[in-house]
Amino acid sequence: MREHIGNSNSEVLNQSVSKRDFLRLSAAFSLAVVAGFYGIKDVAAAEWKASNFNAKSLKDTLKELGAEGYTISKDVAVDSAEIAENGAVVPVSISSAIPNTEYMAILVEKNPNPLATAFTIPAGTIANIKTRIKMGETSNVLALVKANGKWFAASKEIKVTLGGCGG
Amino acid sequence: MTQPMRIRAKLKGDEVEAKILIQHDMETGLRKTADGTKIPPHFIKTLIVKYDDKVVLESVMGIAVSKDPFLSFTFNGGAKGGTLSVTWIDNFDETRTDTVIVD
Repeated sequence: MREHIGNSNSEVLNQSVSKRDFLRLSAAFSLAVVAGFYGIKDVAAAEWKASNFNAKSLKDTLKELGAEGYTISKDVAVDSAEIAENGAVVPVSISSAIPNTEYMAILVEKNPNPLATAFTIPAGTIANIKTRIKMGETSNVLALVKANGKWFAASKEIKVTLGGCGG
Repeated sequence: MTQPMRIRAKLKGDEVEAKILIQHDMETGLRKTADGTKIPPHFIKTLIVKYDDKVVLESVMGIAVSKDPFLSFTFNGGAKGGTLSVTWIDNFDETRTDTVIVD
């Protein structure tokens, strides 16, 4: 975000201040003000971003989330039954024992859009959440965790005997 | 028309265990009716859980969250008699808030 402001700024300085540049600059500044007010990570995590949910592969989803460089951690876990009989309702728990876990997400590798849901974890809330997701077919399910600005993950294969994405 | 949530908040030791069951179709937009017309997507996008006005959990959801979403988690700092409130907003901009007293 700072880079973006920097770029708009230098563009404005190098060229004449057109209306577009001015709008761009003011947009960047208002974003910076909002981000400064809430803290950048809070804005990013709590916001429903279409680009995160619409990504069609695990790789693209991780890229959108900025989590490509994650490390597999034994302190992160995906808990579920080995076999889900009904893909429309798959109970899944994700947990993280990493201190300062601030964000957790569930990604289903073989779903049309891997990102199922994501959580922002404030201080005081235990990083252990149980929910129910839909799975189109047998797939690896990834618990993705952000703590202290770093990304961690754990993965588990859940077998599905009846897919749950309709059609 | 939105349907009421079922929420439980129970103090266990010094942690509050919250269980939330939401009534919502969570339509994916991928399903079709018997005559082949697509059923449009209709799903919850954001959810905020507060304990006495302090946010204890925020969530963003996609179409892969099951119909009638269920969530369970625990947090510190709660006490009997405190209020837990849950608010969701869906892609039609429908919203609903329900509250429960921690017991």
